[in-house]
Amino acid sequence: MNPLQEITWLDKATINETQGSLHTARRVSGRLNLYRIPWLRPVFESRWPQFLVRLLALVGFVFAIVAGLFGSVIGSHNFAIIFVWIAWWSAFKLVFIPFGGRAWCSICPITLPGDWLQQGGILSKGHGLGLNLRWPKRLKGSWLQSSAFLLIGLFSALTLTDPRLTGWVFVALFGLAIGLSLVFEHRAFCSYICPIGGFSGIYAQTAPVELRVIDIEICAKHSDKSCYHACPWGLYPVAFRDNAACGLCLECLRACPRDNLALSLRPFGTDIGKPRTANRLDEAFLALVMLGSALVFAAVFVGPWGWLKSAAFAVGSLQWMAYSASFLSLNLLILPGLFALAVWLGQRTSRVKLPLKREVANQSQALLPLGLMAWIAFTVSFAFPKLGYILGVLNDPFGWGWKLLGAGYTFWSPDVSGFSPVLQVILLLIGLFLSANVTRRLAGSDFRRTVPILAFCLAFSLGMFWLLVG
Amino acid sequence: MRWLRWAVFVGLMLVVWFTPIPAAATTPTERSFRINASRFEYSPAILAVNPGDKVTIELISTDVVHGLAIDGYNLAATVDPGQTARLTFVADRQGSFRFRCTVTCGNLHPFMIGKLNVGQNTLLWRAVALSGWVLVGGAWVLKK
Repeated sequence: MNPLQEITWLDKATINETQGSLHTARRVSGRLNLYRIPWLRPVFESRWPQFLVRLLALVGFVFAIVAGLFGSVIGSHNFAIIFVWIAWWSAFKLVFIPFGGRAWCSICPITLPGDWLQQGGILSKGHGLGLNLRWPKRLKGSWLQSSAFLLIGLFSALTLTDPRLTGWVFVALFGLAIGLSLVFEHRAFCSYICPIGGFSGIYAQTAPVELRVIDIEICAKHSDKSCYHACPWGLYPVAFRDNAACGLCLECLRACPRDNLALSLRPFGTDIGKPRTANRLDEAFLALVMLGSALVFAAVFVGPWGWLKSAAFAVGSLQWMAYSASFLSLNLLILPGLFALAVWLGQRTSRVKLPLKREVANQSQALLPLGLMAWIAFTVSFAFPKLGYILGVLNDPFGWGWKLLGAGYTFWSPDVSGFSPVLQVILLLIGLFLSANVTRRLAGSDFRRTVPILAFCLAFSLGMFWLLVG
Repeated sequence: MRWLRWAVFVGLMLVVWFTPIPAAATTPTERSFRINASRFEYSPAILAVNPGDKVTIELISTDVVHGLAIDGYNLAATVDPGQTARLTFVADRQGSFRFRCTVTCGNLHPFMIGKLNVGQNTLLWRAVALSGWVLVGGAWVLKK
């Protein structure tokens, strides 16, 4: 067993690679280390800027909870709905993930109270509370995050439009995060439960930002492993193969006495298109859940079918049960089944024979660029026409008739009908192209192996075209 | 010569995107639709007309106050319960356009949407054609 494998959590990242292969992986050109830029370095070194942004976000979300629970029941007149589902959720998909990967996790306020209690301090560690139990091994991976995302999806028509429910959902998220911080070590909520973390983690692999060790040899000789001990997520940066797990809190960067960590800009999609060394079916499943959810949400929220909207909204009714059954069937059976079939068909024609599980995990990387672009395209049609509501709820956050920005303020909605469908088509085409490129890189010269996967991606793209611009 | 492949790849995409698709020769006629608006649904929700048609929409609300605004046409109407509002316009823009409720009518109001199809949806057909080219041309352009 090598020194890396002695660290118990490492099974989440990788256990099959030697230090030699890790070292090779670090020698990648085309990076710009932001931590070496003199004027940026103090911003990352100090905990204050990050803390202040997190505090501001905490204030925003607490205010959203109060507005949700006590403000107007009309969603478009309530700060909770507009701030959370239009402003934040759109910024999350359009800015944070594509350009920052898991950057949102570094300023997420949901875990802040739990962090303080667990660490026993705000900016520095003190005598923390909590049991610090290990997270159960059989619950590791992103299965629970996929389940949480599906659960939210089942109630999405209600959650996205009902301020009270939005308020309670965030009360529950804060409560769960605090509770888990007091029971389990590190950020168990973020790593294994949070559906937002699952969403950003899987697509962060396409992002142009990474945090990595610079020279593995230096780490191998450094017995203190101060980066590992400093990481609130319980991660060891030496083992990072992709962006999926790291929340970019930068504590490892601050703790490293050898200045051997880099926060770098890199080309988009660097993490994907390389054969996996482990059967990460949980990540493949999460990627498929994201595709299925994008399809269903596009149909419900931007489609012309009133009966479907009513079925998704009428929680508990027979129609809702039929909607739920269809939603779950699509995500749990149909898409995974079709994707596994595509992988199996590709394997039959391939010269390379890998176990089906490994091949499914490998090929699921191709779903990431297309899935992210599908979510962005959906967001363009979902959120852009409603951006005008943001100023409206800043003027009157509770829907009580306040005029904080001045009397006579009226909603203004940008007319995006001209460019929105064109932009959606371009985004989906870019996603399809990038996914095809990932498939090609995975298959090498074995072109026939890619055909069923490309057919799967094409069918998904056509479905999204039909729903968004058809 | 990789740049040449990229040039051909992108060039063909632009050709597909910008090539005019001749509209089917149709004689403009007058078309009337009676749309029932109820909470979060238009019925019928999908209207199909030909370019140049003179379209009249009679909007009837069966429950609360509703509205109707058509993307890209700068037209809007509101209607009280039990009343009828009328919109008349010439469908001079080809494509698929969403129409939306303009009066807050309940939780799902922002998603109360219908669709007006004017002639062929050329954007959708171009997207379909480009998808095929992205896969075929993409494999060719990225080939080592």
